[in-house]
This record gives sequence, structure tokens and C-alpha cells, in this order.
Amino acid sequence: MTDTIRDVAIIGGGPAGLSAAMALREAGINDIVVIEREREAGGIPRHCGHPPFGIREFRRLYTGLAYARRLVEEARKSGASLLTSHTVTGARMDEDKIVLAVATPDGMTEIAARRVLIATGTRETTRAARLISGERPLGVFNTGALQSYAYLEHRRPFERPVIIGTELVALSAILTCRTLGARPVAMIESGERPTAPLPYFVYPRLIGIPVLTETKLVDIIGRPRVEAVRVKDRQGNERDIACDGVILTGQFTPEAQAARLLGVEIDPATGGPAIDQFGRTSHPAIFAAGNVLHPVETAGWCYREGRSIARFIARDLQSGLPEAKAALPLSAEGALRYVVPQRIVPGEEGIGHLQMRVKAAASGTLSISQAGKVRSSNAISRLPERRLTLSMPDISTEGGAVVVTL
Amino acid sequence: MVADVLVIGAGVVGCATARRFALAGARVILLEKGADILSGASKANSAILHTGFDAPPDSLELACMQAGYAEYLDIRERFNLPVVETGAMVVAWTPEEQASLPAIADQAVKNGVRDIRRIGPADIRAREPFLAESAREAVLVPREHVIDPWSPFLAYMIQAQALGAEFHFLTQVTGGQFDGETWQVETNRGPFKARSIINCAGIFGDRIEEALLGDTHFSIHPRKGQFVVFDKLAARFLKTIILPVPTERTKGVVLCRTAFGNVLVGPTAEEQEDRLRITTDETALQALIARAVEMVPALQGMGVTATYAGLRPASDKKHYRIRVEKDRHWITLGGIRSTGLTASLGIAAHALELYRTLGHGEDKALQPVADPPVFPVRNLAEDRPRDWSARGNGGIVCHCELVTRREVEEALSGPLPAGDYGGLRRRTRCGMGRCQGFNCQAQVARMSEGRLRIPMTLGEVKP
Ligand SMILES: Cc1cc2nc3c(=O)[nH]c(=O)nc-3n(C[C@H](O)[C@H](O)[C@H](O)COP(=O)(O)OP(=O)(O)OC[C@H]3O[C@@H](n4cnc5c(N)ncnc54)[C@H](O)[C@@H]3O)c2cc1C
Ligand SMILES: Cc1cc2nc3c(=O)[nH]c(=O)nc-3n(C[C@H](O)[C@H](O)[C@H](O)COP(=O)(O)OP(=O)(O)OC[C@H]3O[C@@H](n4cnc5c(N)ncnc54)[C@H](O)[C@@H]3O)c2cc1C
Repeated sequence: MTDTIRDVAIIGGGPAGLSAAMALREAGINDIVVIEREREAGGIPRHCGHPPFGIREFRRLYTGLAYARRLVEEARKSGASLLTSHTVTGARMDEDKIVLAVATPDGMTEIAARRVLIATGTRETTRAARLISGERPLGVFNTGALQSYAYLEHRRPFERPVIIGTELVALSAILTCRTLGARPVAMIESGERPTAPLPYFVYPRLIGIPVLTETKLVDIIGRPRVEAVRVKDRQGNERDIACDGVILTGQFTPEAQAARLLGVEIDPATGGPAIDQFGRTSHPAIFAAGNVLHPVETAGWCYREGRSIARFIARDLQSGLPEAKAALPLSAEGALRYVVPQRIVPGEEGIGHLQMRVKAAASGTLSISQAGKVRSSNAISRLPERRLTLSMPDISTEGGAVVVTL
Repeated sequence: MVADVLVIGAGVVGCATARRFALAGARVILLEKGADILSGASKANSAILHTGFDAPPDSLELACMQAGYAEYLDIRERFNLPVVETGAMVVAWTPEEQASLPAIADQAVKNGVRDIRRIGPADIRAREPFLAESAREAVLVPREHVIDPWSPFLAYMIQAQALGAEFHFLTQVTGGQFDGETWQVETNRGPFKARSIINCAGIFGDRIEEALLGDTHFSIHPRKGQFVVFDKLAARFLKTIILPVPTERTKGVVLCRTAFGNVLVGPTAEEQEDRLRITTDETALQALIARAVEMVPALQGMGVTATYAGLRPASDKKHYRIRVEKDRHWITLGGIRSTGLTASLGIAAHALELYRTLGHGEDKALQPVADPPVFPVRNLAEDRPRDWSARGNGGIVCHCELVTRREVEEALSGPLPAGDYGGLRRRTRCGMGRCQGFNCQAQVARMSEGRLRIPMTLGEVKP
């Protein structure tokens, strides 16, 4: 098996991985393999039954399901090989290649490649990781599982769930519930205001779903199924809401297991691999793209990011990228939760921007400084979970660490 | 049929007892009100196979633990059951705790656990480099081990079933009468007849005595224990089980590996009245995490994979609450508070001895089974090969725990198929990992449709 050395092995067949496969083929790289652990490639959109997907990439309005199919079709057409039901379970670094241990339905195999792209995406924070109090009945899970119930398995897990969280994905959960014939009884948000832009909340209100802000879930009641949740409002008053399910939405976190197996450096701020502006991780032959880098962006964003990082991989194979060692560290401070990339090679454009998120609603001066000297600053104001980007700063080779502060 | 023995409760004690009596040649019926085995106290413990070093000297508890320990090690290879040879350290963090280490060491020796050693800070560090510097001294107990707390009992029950034992789930014992010869036990699913009864009802052991005997010799005071399971990344920070110096009331908060490759911290010890409602609570979980970080600072910020809670069937006394009613053909194996996982096989053997003293008369003597069949179970422990790396596994369903389609199918189709999602999770580990079913739960729900006693979904929806 190891006799063939592929040009690029892509771990994860979602929007980022599949678009990267296509872009690599377009750039003249021949031997591309996409390793996908599910039975179908397509990533998260595979179980998003709602629009809008694909407007910029394909100039059409797709549901996630149709978008995922289109992506897979295009990737196949491009000549990349797609291996589904293949899971990366280990890795070994050789001088000129990376050898991945891959579990398949027919046992273990190895895939060797000159470059590896990690595109394993993101998932939501679980009930356990949120330390939510209460019993442990059936019917408590994330939006991702809800979508799989609805669009992949066509099974109804409950009829009257509560939705925890108010990110965009929480609004998508309402749509998903409706295709299941389920009717959410409330949306619960611990913050002062909903996370997604306010105009969206016309929708739940229109169909009569109360949005309870400054409200905390304090107990889950019921066996073997959910019978109620207990919530606590700002005044400390507790009350029970009768329901038969709890959908825990958002609080995205990278699916970084493959990155860990490969031993690349993980940025504790994002939970995903740290990269330079070419998408290179701490191992110069291993790249990363898509939502494994930054919880969370849209499918379209990840698609474009996959393509742009693929072009750097192609360049690396064809003519070489600038020395990875020349990179200076970049870090986020103040109200910023993270910044991607985490390293910059001076004087190089790369993906062309810095991408950030704030921890909580913040306004002030977003400044970039190097070795204590401010190089640029902008007045900004941002809410959490909203995109915040800045074009690639012009930094000096002389040096020192670069800090972005808000 | 009139069974020889009717076992009430499929916790660790009931399962081990059913097997022991089936091996002894008895016709066994086991009634369990839950949907699957191990749905009471036995589903949530620390999974430590104890040596008994700290058990009350000369107690029945100690004897059962040591017999249970020995039998487990003796039979485990044949059943394909794991043991993770972690060893344990009772760590003293304060001068007061340090002062009680000699007594702990003495008691261990008295209990026959002679291979213990007292070790100083340097040795502690050499063994566990990530342990907090404040560890002053420890008693090392090399033979304290970690096991898979579920698979053994599945294996025992499959063996019992092959020997003719009958199991009834979702079957709650509500009352019964004894006519001097035979018991008729009432349940929500009709009556069952048996010559003798073994009460292994855990948290409800006293209630069962009241309902069937008319009086009870003990009262259960449930004591809740909550746990936090850290991400598998934590495993590199710890090998040995870290035990605290115990207090009168509890063995205290333990930090240890699981057989599945995680690290857990817990349990708490909280008295409660309610016997049914078992909850985790954010404040307690946070305190456990803080305690874990105190012991191993590198756990700061470590991901949490799971949280859970269990109720110990503690009683008004510390010791096991065994009751034998010779004339009424009755044995209670009750108040098995915090050592039942270890002791279960020993308790079962003890129950068989007690059974021989019941007033059945000579004609009811049992004929032990020669050459009983053994059915190895699938290994779930991380340190031994699992199905995901084998051929023909059907592909991986649960990516976090690498559970294959074949494993899920097997757990659903028997022998002794899963009764509910919890049982399926315990048989396979599907949905037990980092993403807690984000990826696999819906698929598993469909695979399990029409096959679980408690269905996961409310049914199909037309696409
Ligand atoms: C519940 C949920 C709902 C969302 N809804 C929307 C939405 O409505 N609109 C939107 O624009 N964005 C949405 N997103 C954001 C989503 O992350 C992006 O749309 C997009 O899917 C990200 O693309 P990706 O390629 O980075 O990752 P993904 O789409 O997540 O794809 C990653 C792929 O990698 C595979 N993989 C992971 N680990 C391994 C491994 N070890 N071996 C092999 N394969 C592996 C996975 O199976 C998956 O197919 C949602 C995200 C979630 C979690
Ligand atoms: C937090 C915690 C940590 C522990 N850690 C360890 C450890 O590390 N090592 C160790 O050796 N031990 C440990 N233990 C102890 C061990 O788990 C218990 O001793 C053991 O589970 C008790 O088993 P049981 O069979 O007596 O009770 P249970 O498991 O409660 O079984 C009783 C069964 O009877 C059923 N039942 C009750 N009433 C009826 C009825 N009317 N009709 C039919 N069925 C009925 C219940 O549903 C239940 O399944 C721990 C326990 C806890 C709670």
C-alpha cells in the first residue's frame, strides 16, 4: 500500500476538503485522495435540509443536502479520488512523506502522501461539556444530531423540544423541527440578547416560539424521556417548562482529533490547529482549512478557504513556499477570543486576511502591534459570533511577535 | 415453571448471583424492573477492582472482595475481559493525612494486601510526573486495578442464559406470598414461582423485604456520587489510581484512568431521600474538576467528555446487609454500598453457601454443571485490539469511540440484546465519546428501531 505516494491526502470530505481537492486538480496536481469517515462525503451540509447554500460557489440557491451532492459530484468530476467509510486513526512521519493509518470496513490500510490537508470541520459543545445539571433522559442532543434524525434517518426523536442558544444554528433548528412535525416550545438564551442578528428573531416570534433571554437552564427532568426543563431568570425565579426534548445549539468546537493524531500544534484559543497564512500547521507538510481552524464560518467561506489553501499546497509541491521557520507568532489579546492565522511569514500575502472573533460584545480600537509598536489601528464594534476580519498586516522581518488587540 | 431461585434485580450482585446459581445447576429466574442489566447503582461507578486493602478487617465485605477479585482474574481471559494494571496510590496532601498513612498501611497488611509500600515525594514524582508537588507521601497499592465495569456482567448473564436462566426486564416485583414450599412473586407482568428468593434489589432492597417478608432488617439511605470524565487527551497525565485518605463517611474523590482510555474524577458523596431521581449538578461537577486540577494541574482546561451520577445503596450501617430466612427460603444481599463491582463474584459464591443452609430438604440439592460454556464478549478496552481494526466490521458508526456497525448490530441482536439506548451504549460505547452522539446518535436510533424495549424515537417521518 505504502508503495504509492500520493501528492496530497485530504482528511475530511466537507466543503473545505472537497473544494481543496478540486482546486488542487485545477492547479495541475494529479494524485489527490480525500479520506472521509462517513458513508457519504459532503460534511455538515449533508444533513442541513435548509437553504441558503452555494450562491457564490455555484450561483444557485441550494439546500445543504443538494449542495453537498453537488460538491461531491464536482469533486469526483475533477478526478480526485474519494474514499468514504475511511477513518484516519494514526500517523507516522517519514522524511519525504506522511503515512496515515486508516481504518476501513475491510480492516486497516495505509495511505502515504507528500502533503496532508486537515479539513475535519467542527461540531457543537455537548451537554456534558456544558456541565448541564439534571437527569439524563433520551432526547437531549445537539443540532447536528437533530439534523441527522430529520434528513438522514427520517425519524422523529420528540415533538415539543426546547432550544438552548440563539446562534444562527438555533434558528435552523426551528426549521428542522418543522420538517419533523415537531414544535419547539421555547428558545433559551443566557445572554442579554440573542446571538444571531435581531431581524432573524421575527421568525420564531411570528410562529409563536418565545425567546427567553437572560435565562439559564438549571435542570433537566424526566425518565426515560425528557418531561420538563427548569429555567432560572435574571431575578433568580425558577420555573418548569414542559417539553420532551432539549436541543443544545452552537458553541462550536473544532473536530481536531485527526490534527492531534498528526501531532500538529493546537491553538488553545480556537481548539484547532495553528497555521501560518498559507494554512501550514506546525509541520510544514501538513496544512489545514475550513472550520477545523475557526469555529465557526459558513460553508461558502470554508469552500473558498479550501480553494485558497489548496493553491498554496500546489505551489509548495511545484515551486516551494517561503520557509515556514521564518514565521513570526501572532496572538489575540483583550476582547478577542482568537486570531487565525497564528503565525505570519513577513512580506507574504497568503490567504490575505486575519480572522477573529470577540469573546463578548465589544467596541474599541482594533490594533496590530509588533514588538510593542502599533502598526495599524481601526475603530470597530462587534457582537460575539460575528465575522471579524482584517487584511493581512504589513509586518517587518526584523521582528518580534505580532499582537492583535481589541 | 417453578424456579429453584428467583433473583430480584440485575445489578452487579444479581447478575453475578444468577450466573453462580446457574453454574451450580439451579433453574434461575431473574426479574429486573429496568430495561436492561445494570440499570441501577451498577451503571455508575468508578470501575476500580479493589484489593480490599482498606476494607474493614475480618469482615464479610473483605472476604467477598478478595474472593471476587481472585475469581475475576481467574476467569477474565476466557470471557475476554480486560484489566488495566494501574496500581493505586493513597496520597497524603496534608500533614494530618500523612499522619494516617501508617495506619492505612498496617490495615492493608492485616487484610492480606502485603505488597503495599510507603513511598516518598521522589518516588511519587517518578511514577506520576504530573501529580501536584504538594503530594507528601503515599501508600502504593500495586494490585488495585481498573476494569470495564459493564462487559463482565454481560458475559456472566450470557453464560447464565446459556445454562437455562430466564431473564425478564421491565418487570417490577410488587409483592409475593410463600406457602411454606414455594414463593409466588407478583409483578406488573404477572406472577412468577420459585422455591427461593434472592433479593438483590440494591437501592430497593429494604422495600422488597417489606413487600414480600412484611418487615425489613435495614433501611437504605441512598448516597449519590457524581463523576466527570475527561477527554482521552488527559490519559497521558496519569497512570495510577489516585486515592485520597478516606474519611469515616466516604472513600473520597478518586482520580483514575478508565479502561476506555479516559480519566475520571469522582465520586461525590451526597445523601438524598429520592431513590429514583439521579441528577448531576453543575456546581458539584465544577468542584470535582477543580479538585482534579489541584491533584494534576495539567488538567486545567481539559475537555469534558461525559458527566454522570450514581446512587450507592448505602444503609443505616456500613457493612453488607445480608439476611437469611431459612424457613421462608429467602436471602437478601443488601447494602452493597461501594464495593459491589469488585465483590460481586464473591458475594454470589457466598450466596450459594447460604442457599445450602435454607430449609429446602435434601431432594432439592443442586447438580453443578460440568464444563459450562463460555462466550467471550467483545473487548471495549483501549489497550487491546478492537473491532474497528478488523475485517468485515461494516464500517465505523461512532467515530469518537470507533464503534463499528458490526458491534452495534451484535449488541442489538443478542444474545441478551440491549434493552435501551443506555444498554446499547454500555455494550458498544457508541455515543460515549467526545461528541456524545452528535454524529452517530440518529443512525443508531434507526438501527435500533423495533429492537429496544425503550425505543429511541417516536417513529418514522415521511421525507
Ligand atoms: C450543526 C451545524 C449546523 C451548521 N449549519 C450551517 C448552515 O446552515 N450554513 C452554513 O453555512 N454553515 C453551517 N454550519 C457550519 C459548517 O461547519 C460549515 O457549513 C461547513 O460544513 C464547514 O466545512 P468543513 O469542510 O470545514 O467541515 P465539515 O463540513 O464539518 O466536514 C468535515 C468532514 O470531515 C470528516 N472527518 C472528520 N474527522 C475525520 C477523520 N478523522 N477521518 C476522516 N474524515 C473525517 C467529517 O466526517 C466531515 O465529513 C453548521 C455547522 C454545524 C456543526
Ligand atoms: C458512585 C459510586 C462509585 C462506586 N465505585 C466502585 C468501585 O470503584 N469499585 C467497586 O467495586 N464498587 C464501586 N461501587 C459500588 C457498586 O457500584 C455497588 O456496590 C453495586 O453497583 C451495587 O450493586 P447491586 O446489584 O447491589 O445494586 P443495583 O445495581 O442497584 O441493582 C439492583 C437492581 O434491582 C432492580 N430492582 C430494584 N427494585 C426492583 C423491583 N421491585 N423489581 C425488580 N427489580 C428491581 C434495580 O432496577 C437494579 O437494577 C460504586 C458505587 C457508586 C454509586
